Amino acid sequence: MGETQTGPLLKTPLHALHGELGAKMVPFAGYDMPVQYPTGVMAEHNWTREHAGLFDVSHMGQCFLIPADGQYETAAAALEKLVPADVLGLKPGQQRYSQFTNAEGGILDDLMVTRLGHPGHEHWIYLVVNAACKDADYAHLKAHLPAGVTLKIAEDLALIAVQGPAAVAAVATLAPDLAGLKFMTSLDLAIDGIWAHVSRTGYTGEDGVEISVKSADAVALTQKLLADARVKPIGLGARDSLRLEAGLCLYGHDIDTTTSPVEAGLTWSIQKRRRIEGGFLGAGRIQKDLADGAPRLRVGILPDGRAPAREGTVVKSADGQPIGTVTSGGFGPTINGPLAMGYVNRRFAEPGTPVLLEVRGKDLPAKVVTMPFAPHRYFRG
Amino acid sequence: MATVKYTKDHEYIRIDGDTGTVGISHYAQEQLGDVVFVELPAAGKAVKKGDSAAVVESVKAASDIYSPVSGEVTAANPDLEGAPATVNDDPAGKGWFFKVKIANPAELDELMDEAAYKAFLDTL
Repeated sequence: MGETQTGPLLKTPLHALHGELGAKMVPFAGYDMPVQYPTGVMAEHNWTREHAGLFDVSHMGQCFLIPADGQYETAAAALEKLVPADVLGLKPGQQRYSQFTNAEGGILDDLMVTRLGHPGHEHWIYLVVNAACKDADYAHLKAHLPAGVTLKIAEDLALIAVQGPAAVAAVATLAPDLAGLKFMTSLDLAIDGIWAHVSRTGYTGEDGVEISVKSADAVALTQKLLADARVKPIGLGARDSLRLEAGLCLYGHDIDTTTSPVEAGLTWSIQKRRRIEGGFLGAGRIQKDLADGAPRLRVGILPDGRAPAREGTVVKSADGQPIGTVTSGGFGPTINGPLAMGYVNRRFAEPGTPVLLEVRGKDLPAKVVTMPFAPHRYFRG
Repeated sequence: MATVKYTKDHEYIRIDGDTGTVGISHYAQEQLGDVVFVELPAAGKAVKKGDSAAVVESVKAASDIYSPVSGEVTAANPDLEGAPATVNDDPAGKGWFFKVKIANPAELDELMDEAAYKAFLDTL
């Protein structure tokens, strides 16, 4: 998961707190981040599925698009040139998952797009992008946004995710209005006196929230949240196994500049109007993939045995021909077994198709399965 | 009491006559985290000192286990397939990986004894 670094590692506002909590720190996307706490990846994963886990995701990029004319449509139309999602159709407070595409229809990054709902800010768009891509994303936005839309990079915001079946109940004890918030919507409110922007979303497949808060308030808010016995800190290790079980893509692994959103199984995130109208970078390839079917598809792969198949593992057909590659693979504590996702030739993408995984020179039997591996438990109201 | 020796890669070998029992140290299992899968060599396999002889996988990653000595594998721990977490729970005991018939006892002299390994850990 760690990327190669040069120069000193950056620290999130919670860095010192991670140390106090006994975290093992690793370099990730230029930041010194907690990979696990003393209980370890397995216990943290299971705690999140059963109770609530708190994740420091302050390394992610947060920014705003602000239209000079005060019209939401101005900002939305500008963003729609760069992402295939329906941004114009967002209601105040509503959030959508999307991707920055390139001219070839590949993915530069994946991101969350929110139309702010707070009175007076309903024309603002709030974006959350990947840490490893954020500098490139900001440059991409600056290069393409029209003069009437300003990019405001939020350097002074932390981001804290609380995920799991008890997550919202725990946060709602400090902010009761959160209880009725629906999946993929957001609210600006005070959490026990600390002003925050809260989205009912996440990266674990569980119900939960992501809380954007001033960096100066991040430690105080985290301590209030961790004071609840249901909430424990969770590192990047369990974040990865949780998202893999949920079938969610990790940028740079499962999606990149060579994969189209259609191949990646993200067609659901391209609303109907955009599929028909296009009008975003790389629309030609993406519309072609939609019309003709993508040559390869991202699928879930479940090994029959116990050996995990890691990223880069060659996937073969039952008769031994190479048909694809694993892009994420490991062990799922909730399903109590190995699991993987990767790309295969579309003729082999049907769930139930038997395949082979070449692990340490041996072809291990596996099959293509429908994702997620662990059921999503979002709150749709 | 059997002698235990260690490699710099944190394997141990418990020496009992001409047979050695190989596993990983408490420090190694702690660094790996939760063990979810172990691949062991078959009995009869010839291994060389420093060869990758087994693989241990945690939730996050796979790691090679190198044989501390040359020789022939005489047994692999049958319990690890169904209960890989034994490596975490009892690395020095029930969590052993394989037994090897030691071909060249002189190779043992190149390994660290308990005190030297403890001193080595202090440098990490």
